[in-house]
Amino acid sequence: MKNPLVVVGLVLSLVLAGGLSYYASSQPDGFEKSAGEIGFLDTAEESPLAGSPLAEYGVAGVENERLSGGLAGVIGVASTAAISFGIFYALRRFNKSRS
Amino acid sequence: MHIPDGFIDIPTSAAFAAVAAVGVAASLKGAAKSLDEKTAPLAGLTATFIFAVQMLNFPVAAGTSGHLFGSVLAAVLVGPYVATLALSVVLLLQALLFADGGLTAAGLNVFNLSLVGVWVGYGAFLLVKKILPKNKPSITTAAAIAGFISVPAAVMGFVLQYAIGANSTFSVTAVFTGMMSAHVLIGIGEAVITAFSVTAVMASRPDLVYGYRGTKAQLEIRKA
Repeated sequence: MKNPLVVVGLVLSLVLAGGLSYYASSQPDGFEKSAGEIGFLDTAEESPLAGSPLAEYGVAGVENERLSGGLAGVIGVASTAAISFGIFYALRRFNKSRS
Repeated sequence: MHIPDGFIDIPTSAAFAAVAAVGVAASLKGAAKSLDEKTAPLAGLTATFIFAVQMLNFPVAAGTSGHLFGSVLAAVLVGPYVATLALSVVLLLQALLFADGGLTAAGLNVFNLSLVGVWVGYGAFLLVKKILPKNKPSITTAAAIAGFISVPAAVMGFVLQYAIGANSTFSVTAVFTGMMSAHVLIGIGEAVITAFSVTAVMASRPDLVYGYRGTKAQLEIRKA
């Protein structure tokens, strides 16, 4: 990978998701808040995956909140990178003519 | 804006999932044409960065937060086809790994952010770009304005879904008004983060920015 932008961007993503996310607002987002104010928030059903080990951006079994959220963020960044780079590199192969 | 399961009934969710699937399939084709050695890594980075920044909820009003949608950021950096795929990857991972957003609701979320947010947002970007001077700062300005517009556009997607198949019976007007007013400040946050991120990429690798290259790439003559 010869593009410094990509390296810097990936490191930044790790720092944001793994570190800075601890300081993010934990208030409900505008969508959830508004659903509550209008009155249909209680029609929400729990995701069938709500009991999964990474549910709600924490790692099950890790007590320390900062570590749990940070690890979840790092796992999320690594997974997103693995899958998206995989898909986009694969698609690029269909486009050999322009390389 | 991650719709959980239960807000919208199953038949409506299934119908939107079908539309979302068609949109994603079409985007696979379009994306294959626009990705090359140089843009494929930027596309991967864009999806990854959006995932990371979506974790950073910012406060918008008392007791409320917002986070980046990322639809326009992705569309300007890597083009609308790749953006549709990038947002879909992010949304599906959030639903599957982190239980953020429902499973039966996945198609609703992909429809709103990966299709409506990306394509309406990219359309707005092209329109604004057209009326601004042809220079680098205009790309940032157009991206910011389009980023702002993409938020109510995606919210309209939800209002439509609510109107068609809600599991509750509040008036569509009440849902429209409540949801829109909750998202004005979030739209401003979207504009700021989009502008900042586009500026950073424009400063280092403007040659990679799809929205800056314009339609040149698509008109390129392809060897057999």
